[in-house]
Amino acid sequence: MMYDWLYSLTGSEILAMFIVSLLPLFVFILPFALFAVLMERKVSAHMQDRLGPMRTGYHGILQTIADIFKLLQKEDLVPTATDKMLFNLAPLLAFIGSYAAFAVIPFSGFFIGTKIDLGIIFIVGVTGLVVAGILMAGWASNNKYSLLGAMRAAAQIISYEIPTLLIILTIIMLTGTLSLYDLSEMQTAYFWNWLILGGPAVGLQKILLIPFMILGCLIIYTSTLAEVNRTPFDIPEAESELVSGYHTEYSGMKFAMFFLAEYANMFAVSAVVAVLFFGGYQSPFGYLGNLLGWKWLIPIEQFSWFTSKGLFFVFVQMWLRWTLPRFRVDQLMAFCWKYLIPFSFVILLLVGLISLM
Amino acid sequence: MRTYFLNFWQGLYTILIGMKVTFRHLFIPAVTIQYPSVKPQMPERERNRLYVNMDDCIGCDQCARACPVNCIEIETVKSIPGEDLGTTSNGKKKALWVTTFNIDFAKCCYCQLCVFPCPTECIYMTDVYEFSEFQRENLVFDFVTLLPEERIQKKKNFEELQAKKEAEKIAAAKKLAEEKAAAQAKPIEPKPDNPGNPDNKEETK
Repeated sequence: MMYDWLYSLTGSEILAMFIVSLLPLFVFILPFALFAVLMERKVSAHMQDRLGPMRTGYHGILQTIADIFKLLQKEDLVPTATDKMLFNLAPLLAFIGSYAAFAVIPFSGFFIGTKIDLGIIFIVGVTGLVVAGILMAGWASNNKYSLLGAMRAAAQIISYEIPTLLIILTIIMLTGTLSLYDLSEMQTAYFWNWLILGGPAVGLQKILLIPFMILGCLIIYTSTLAEVNRTPFDIPEAESELVSGYHTEYSGMKFAMFFLAEYANMFAVSAVVAVLFFGGYQSPFGYLGNLLGWKWLIPIEQFSWFTSKGLFFVFVQMWLRWTLPRFRVDQLMAFCWKYLIPFSFVILLLVGLISLM
Repeated sequence: MRTYFLNFWQGLYTILIGMKVTFRHLFIPAVTIQYPSVKPQMPERERNRLYVNMDDCIGCDQCARACPVNCIEIETVKSIPGEDLGTTSNGKKKALWVTTFNIDFAKCCYCQLCVFPCPTECIYMTDVYEFSEFQRENLVFDFVTLLPEERIQKKKNFEELQAKKEAEKIAAAKKLAEEKAAAQAKPIEPKPDNPGNPDNKEETK
């Protein structure tokens, strides 16, 4: 474990804890946000037969760094009619919500912020802070479009929490654990042990589980997509309707906080999907470290497997963004309540019956 | 119930079709032209900045008269005898010094109407389209190939010639008048003596 290793290295519990808690932010979230923004721009550009940023560095690889410097230099504007305290608190809350989720995400068997037993419930609970942040931002901005966006965001996230939780419940019921570490360890060895292919179960049970797992994976992916307000579920931000919704009035670093929170959230939900259905940090076909006998290589391999799985799902989110147009509010609600929730209930029921076998 | 499942299936299936399309577009080469470093191929009959080939210009002023916005300003000076201005590329003999040929591209509407009347085809559209300026005065392009001193010189030459001619004319006129006066002095005298002249009769009335 990272904490134990740092504790033995520094000899100080506080220092070790401090470093472990800051590592996801500085080693992962910030570089990821930098990379993901560039990736988003390049992917969207190429999907539209454009080139995207090309001038800053080779094929524009330094573009986001330049953007960050621009955001850092910007004046911190607070409009006069806003509720100052809430206005300043909202981006922090949104960012804390998405940052805290990284505490339990298993980057590798060696590096998890805290190995608590309630991992998945912690993620679901703490990302609720993001909704509070968004609603707070919309309310404090004192701007009708921001408030509309925030209201839509709240309604959408609360609705889509239900299918997400039902699918998570299915997985919990099947595996009997809430810890993301245990979930990942359970799907070890080869890819046919991943839960998308029925998990470590054997025989008829595994074959019966596969269609429900695939459907469950689709449902949880769709509903988490809605929770992070990405297209086609981006009606809270809807540039063309709401002038980008709840963060219209924000500028400079506060805007950057929302931005960072959005991208951190994108990865967090992708990580959840990866852990629940795609084996978390486990390699699909054994480890090079085991083959060569280099034990130190395994955590690094696990980390790269985990990040590549997460990045793949982030890529699919971007891919969907340029494929699907935005939902209307009624379509959004109908999709959740008439399709996702009944289906996830059926999955919960049938998987429960199958797991009794 | 059947439509419900059909809807679900179609929703899923059509999303996959859409994703296939966008994924294919990910690998289609971009149509972007990186403008300042790579310039687009302009069409053959593009209408951009005008150019005047002064070697061929005979100073006929037809382009200036054709211009609907009066952005062409031409002044010409006649050459003095003995000056050889050469011929144009299609064999017309040049007779005028063009001392001013300004085109104001701030006014120009790029209609190409000036190009067609030109008898020597010396004014035409080029492919230059990047000529923006910070000062509007800088958009007045001077096409005259003569140096400023030369222009003054040509004008002076012509004025001198003109003055010389004028002087000659005056001198000639004076001479003529003198001659006339000298010639008239003689025959005027006998006139009153001529009684048969009907003109005189009328005058005397």
